[in-house]
Amino acid sequence: MVILSILILNKAGGLIYQRDFNEGLNKLSSNDYLVLAGTFHGVHAITSRISPVPGSGGLEVLESDQFRVQCFQTLTGTKFLIFAEPHQPNIDVICRRVYELYADYVMKNPFYQIEMPIRCEQFDRQLVAYIKPKQ
Amino acid sequence: MSNLNAPNSPFVPFSPNPSIQSGVPTATPPLSASKPAQLGSSNLRYASSRKSIYDRHLNRTQRSELSKASFAFLFGEMIQYAQKQVSGIQDLEKKLNIQGYAIGQRLLELLLYREGRSAKRETRVLGILQFIAQTLYRHLFGKPADGLEKSREHEDEYMLIDHDPVVNSHISVPKEMSQLNCAAFVAGIIEAVLDGSLFPCRVTAHSVFSEQFPSKTVFLIKFEESVLEREAVLQ
Repeated sequence: MVILSILILNKAGGLIYQRDFNEGLNKLSSNDYLVLAGTFHGVHAITSRISPVPGSGGLEVLESDQFRVQCFQTLTGTKFLIFAEPHQPNIDVICRRVYELYADYVMKNPFYQIEMPIRCEQFDRQLVAYIKPKQ
Repeated sequence: MSNLNAPNSPFVPFSPNPSIQSGVPTATPPLSASKPAQLGSSNLRYASSRKSIYDRHLNRTQRSELSKASFAFLFGEMIQYAQKQVSGIQDLEKKLNIQGYAIGQRLLELLLYREGRSAKRETRVLGILQFIAQTLYRHLFGKPADGLEKSREHEDEYMLIDHDPVVNSHISVPKEMSQLNCAAFVAGIIEAVLDGSLFPCRVTAHSVFSEQFPSKTVFLIKFEESVLEREAVLQ
């Protein structure tokens, strides 16, 4: 199992967290990451509007030959983007677990300001501890 | 309410008045039936039995546990509240220390009461430190402290070691406040227990980084001179 990268977007579409776990993705400049996040946010909003299925939550998976992007949106509008290998199984389980870690180590941290970039050592540590042994 | 009292309604409002129970409409307003129920309802301060927590037996919650998540949110709010009132890191630690102190004073009484007949008044430094590392720690965090050491350089200093303080488990201190350790709250509890047992001292919490235990914390206990003098006499 290979997880390439994890991005977290706040409800306004701003990038608040980005971390690579493996080689395989091109490194972008920090500005490009922000553009990527903003673009995805816009595309997600459009897909949820034009979807033929009524009450659709919008774009969930984006697949290509090289990678696969899974988007997990929480009820509050925060988005978790997980870049993984094309045939990664159980990716929704990983999404939920990352969400759990976010709830535990970001939202319960009194020094974190909501909607702002995540700089929490504990979150980094727990995320790496969860992702790394699986590779 | 009107369709509830209609003769062909399937819903029967509960009432001690049998005429209502049988579905026959009466002149009694249905609201009056809900009044006694409101009186017996529970709220935060009073349980449904109309007894406050002061009426309960002190040992009732001896083995009960709390949700760690709700504690994390409460403690987070306490830190944010304290942060609004202070300017520096030392002030913030002092505030947290004071908040813990009030808890420690009460906790000492409670723990000694719960020890029952085996309770005794500790007169030696080692005895009271063992009490803190074992009894107090087990009561607060469900585990004993990870270590107790005596300072080599200073006669009056002892160190209580906790590899992963429960209060810090959800907290990441930002880089610009790296000196802060929110376990100052626990230091306050320890200080109050020692003060209450007549071992006046100062307790401070310090982060000691180690690879294995990233949030390792050392509580530095510095006793006042009078304690050492008494210790010398007792020896």
